Amino acid sequence: MRTDLAIAWLRATAVSVTEQSDRLTRLDAAIGDGDHGVNLNRGFTAVVAALAGGTFDSVAAVFVKAGTTLISKVGGASGPLYGSAYRALGKALPEGPEITLPDLVAGLHAALEAIRKLGGAEPGDATMVDAWKPAAEAFESAVAAGNALPAAAAEAARAADAGARATIELRARKGRASYLGERSVGHQDPGATSTALIFEALASVTT
Amino acid sequence: MKKFINDPADVVAEALTGLAAAHPELRVDAAEQYVARADAPRAGKVALVSGGGSGHEPLHGGFVGAGMLDAACPGEIFTSPVPDQILAATKAVDGGAGVVHVVKNYTGDVMNFQLAAEMAADEGITVETVLVDDDVAVENSTWTAGRRGTGATLLVEKIAGARAEEGGKLAEVAAIGRRVNANSGSFAYALRAGTTPASGQPGFDLPEDEIEVGVGIHGEPGRRREKLRAARELVGSALDAILEAKEVGDRVIVLVNGLGGTPLIELYVVYGELSKILEQKRITIARRLVGDYVTSLDMAGLSITLTAADDEILRLWDAPVVTPGLRWGA
Repeated sequence: MRTDLAIAWLRATAVSVTEQSDRLTRLDAAIGDGDHGVNLNRGFTAVVAALAGGTFDSVAAVFVKAGTTLISKVGGASGPLYGSAYRALGKALPEGPEITLPDLVAGLHAALEAIRKLGGAEPGDATMVDAWKPAAEAFESAVAAGNALPAAAAEAARAADAGARATIELRARKGRASYLGERSVGHQDPGATSTALIFEALASVTT
Repeated sequence: MKKFINDPADVVAEALTGLAAAHPELRVDAAEQYVARADAPRAGKVALVSGGGSGHEPLHGGFVGAGMLDAACPGEIFTSPVPDQILAATKAVDGGAGVVHVVKNYTGDVMNFQLAAEMAADEGITVETVLVDDDVAVENSTWTAGRRGTGATLLVEKIAGARAEEGGKLAEVAAIGRRVNANSGSFAYALRAGTTPASGQPGFDLPEDEIEVGVGIHGEPGRRREKLRAARELVGSALDAILEAKEVGDRVIVLVNGLGGTPLIELYVVYGELSKILEQKRITIARRLVGDYVTSLDMAGLSITLTAADDEILRLWDAPVVTPGLRWGA
């Protein structure tokens, strides 16, 4: 992955978040306070602006910039979580304008660890971990099996989407949805859903 | 949705402009989005900074002033402030004696304040965090993000603020804040959801004869839904829940708090029932506050907070306070 593709991924994510903003907000309204779409849209719009205004000589710098921007613009829980994820992704990468598939595998796992550490969430708590973890693992398996980026990204996107859908059956144990107890069962987690959008965007720009 | 607004996107910024115009004793930084005492920073005084989503007014901007907060950073509606904003507020009021962050236990608030505290430490400012988690409607943290911070936030800010005003050191101000939180329990009901300007829709729909039991302050539904009952029964259940979870002793401060859309007459009905039941239980109401203090936009609902009181807590509660939302003794 080169610097321009990393930027294209983030731009595609921003477009998707804008398009899906109402859906994310509706999912959030059912179990939270209904602002996930609005907040992420504000954040990724700022990311696109920040990327347009800078020059980047490494893939790492692109993701660190995206993460820092999200932390300073989004607020709520999703700002620090996604912001830390992108920063961890960037920091796990080697310097330079191009990274390898194993580099990206390591980066996606570093991002997952950042999300888990900051949020204290485990798989099955009905959070973005439930989409990010299967996506990172699917991506890793596909790369290990010798697939190129487009196929690995498509696998990751499918796994993230399946993970997000699986949160419908889960009782939320982290975040605001956890206050609903059993009433959170039957609702898809908005954070896991936006994570699925991120991996869908990766698949869309690599095919 | 019918609201007195211009554009939903501008509500927070325009409310800050209005607050600044109405209260020249405050300093409002529109760019960094924080509200501070005009005389801050005060050299040698421990500063108190609080914040959280907007929509809880007068919390927190309305509690900035002598004897309470030095600064507040309001995030977007029901969304925690961002670390840059919290850091800006912290730096603006640090008088060299350290800063206490009063943080409600909501996931986003905790994370953003944690990041801000780390950034402040990098700049040589010592921050102590007092986490407020008084809402006894929430189960323990194995199943949830932990009890929410709700009505007791006002008591923590008032009492720790008074301790800072009289010259308490950083550890002392934080300690009294933590003690007030540990001494407090809250329970809330909602009759009707609030409406956020961005969504334009009530957070949830309720049949005419049902209520949400155990709501927080962000428009989310409660723990469960029940049939509406007489006020005396609701008050009794709320008190049972608080007293089961918290040891409050025989003297308390009581807060009967409207969530933004409840007429005062109903709050007084509730206070009347509360005082009768507490008298039967031989618990003395040493001080009380009835009104809209920690709100959830226009939610029709109320919360009840009990805080176990001792001589020090009462002395600090009685200390002068001059803020837009709380004012006495000065």
